[in-house]
Amino acid sequence: MEQVNQGARETVYPQAAHFFYRTLSQIAISAVTPIAAVLVALAFGAALLWLNGFNGSDVVIVMIFGSFQDVRSFGEILLKATPLILIGAGLCVAFRCSIWNIGAEGQLYAGAIAATLVGTHFDGLSVWLHAPLVMLAGAIAGAGWAGIAGWLKVRFQASEIVTTIMLNYIALILTSYLVTGPMRDASAAYPQSARLIKEAWTPRIVSDMRLHIGILIAVALAVALYIFLQRSSRGFALRVVGLNPHAARYAGMQVARNVMIAMCISGAMAGLAGAFEVAGVTHRLYQNISPGYGFEGIAVALLAGNNPLAAILSGGLFATLRSGSEVLQITSQVPQVLVLVIQGIVILSVVAFAKLRDVLRIVA
Amino acid sequence: MDNVMFLTFLATLVGAAWRLATPLIFASIGEVFSERAGVLNIGLEGTMLVGAFCGFAAAYATGSIPLGLVAGTAGGMLFGLIFAFFTITIKADQIVVGAALNLLGMGLTAFLFRAYYVSTGKGIEIAQPVHIPFLSDLPLLGEAFFRQNLIVYSTILVAIAGSLVLFRTSFGLTLRAVGEHPKAADVAGLNVAGYRYAAVLVGTGLAGLGGAFLTLGHSNQFVEGITSGRGFIALAVVVFARWSPTGAFCVSLLFGLFYALQLMLQAQSSIVVPYQVLQALPYLMTIITLVVVRGRSAAPAKLGQPYEMR
Repeated sequence: MEQVNQGARETVYPQAAHFFYRTLSQIAISAVTPIAAVLVALAFGAALLWLNGFNGSDVVIVMIFGSFQDVRSFGEILLKATPLILIGAGLCVAFRCSIWNIGAEGQLYAGAIAATLVGTHFDGLSVWLHAPLVMLAGAIAGAGWAGIAGWLKVRFQASEIVTTIMLNYIALILTSYLVTGPMRDASAAYPQSARLIKEAWTPRIVSDMRLHIGILIAVALAVALYIFLQRSSRGFALRVVGLNPHAARYAGMQVARNVMIAMCISGAMAGLAGAFEVAGVTHRLYQNISPGYGFEGIAVALLAGNNPLAAILSGGLFATLRSGSEVLQITSQVPQVLVLVIQGIVILSVVAFAKLRDVLRIVA
Repeated sequence: MDNVMFLTFLATLVGAAWRLATPLIFASIGEVFSERAGVLNIGLEGTMLVGAFCGFAAAYATGSIPLGLVAGTAGGMLFGLIFAFFTITIKADQIVVGAALNLLGMGLTAFLFRAYYVSTGKGIEIAQPVHIPFLSDLPLLGEAFFRQNLIVYSTILVAIAGSLVLFRTSFGLTLRAVGEHPKAADVAGLNVAGYRYAAVLVGTGLAGLGGAFLTLGHSNQFVEGITSGRGFIALAVVVFARWSPTGAFCVSLLFGLFYALQLMLQAQSSIVVPYQVLQALPYLMTIITLVVVRGRSAAPAKLGQPYEMR
């Protein structure tokens, strides 16, 4: 008995160390591309500013460090990271399955609408019931909104690229209708819904900061999605469908069901992000509740190499860049839309560097 | 509404439909070329924005509409060159690159507009309608068809020329071969990458022109996101049109009709439905279109796939 244990210990420890070492070096290697991509994008942003008469070196400094002033501004970054991590991690699942869900923005709005409906009704529930109910409603609505596009793809072969984008516009128009019409708070000058009931609010982590527990849920769900994709048989099936639908069908996998699952998971994550925006940040529904988180999530997923775990980091990075661009707008009048340019360049650089790596591998 | 009023309404509606369809016609015919060669460009929205902005900037600086149109087309093609380099030369995923270009187009145009033009608040002189003698005096028909600006009239030429080039010239034949069976084309000694570059440049040039029309022939100002999804709707138009230029012309007109109907019904105070329902109409119709025109049977066989020479 003693001997067996001894033997096991001897083999397990070196293996664990080896595994640890391998994982670390893998992380280091896979981090090179995104870091280089971000640096290229920042350099491009600086050049763009310099060419247009702004102080170009500002962009790098402010975008990366400008928003890390104190605990409060760090909390604001995490607040922005919450929807980006949620949407980015969800889209990783869809993109791995080769489902091009471009509709996270619309799914976010669907989630926000549902969260507002639940959050403004059911007075008298305890916070332990009401707050989770609001999140659930958001996730279900997001999944449902994405599910429409999934169903149209499965049933009618309608391209999800086009349908999800159209559903984005429809969700935005629906929100505008609701806040100017049926859900409008009549006492407010600006079109907005009534305030959510206090018990429906997403609990805050520190009472005097806006940061809420959504960030913890986002990180936990990203980890869960990573495990789902890498370790579960369903996750395996999703990846196979993404790599080769014909082979998957031949292997007896139901392609249609996997398409629906990937679509609904990514939609649920975006819907949850919408619920957190309403229940955690604004406590009301507005027309422009999202500054394009849904589109930014696409860049987050791509930068993460469609790995939900890495989406935590890339979501954090994009949130930092977004905060930085806000600071830049206030301090140097640099239009905040610069962040979109930087995101576009990040995606293109990721693509180019990945190619470069392949080429170097062949040469070497 | 009595008959005369209804007919006048109809004539105005059709005229407006053609005008509103014009950017879609350019963009979708261009995308037909691109997709026939096997390249799916979902960056059309960003490309149209670049065209709209370049057209506006050039016309603002020179006061010339033709120069604005040239600048819009050139801007689109320059943007298309980036797309072509990444998808054809580097063989990156077309959808990823398209998504990046949409962000880039949206960000760049909004950035430059805010940096230079937004505070001026000044617009440009837009293309004026050209009345075709005699025909424009025809009752109803004149109003609908013969009182447009030259850019609108030119859509007919583009549709016919596009159709002739694609189906009646060896260039068009090769282009389609490159989309259907690049390997065979390659073995036959044809330059697959070259033809794909050409197709993308035609596509993005026309998308840029379509965008330029928005600021030069429609609204006298550049507005952030002025294309409001037309680049994406053009993708659906191409499917509905079964990858044919003349089909793209007709389907775009249908979408123009939805836009026009939406605008005119919004102006009608007696309408009881909320205006957002009408606003959503073009987007809803796009989805319905994709469902009705089922399947990708007519799609080029290698659409969306990079060609790897072995």
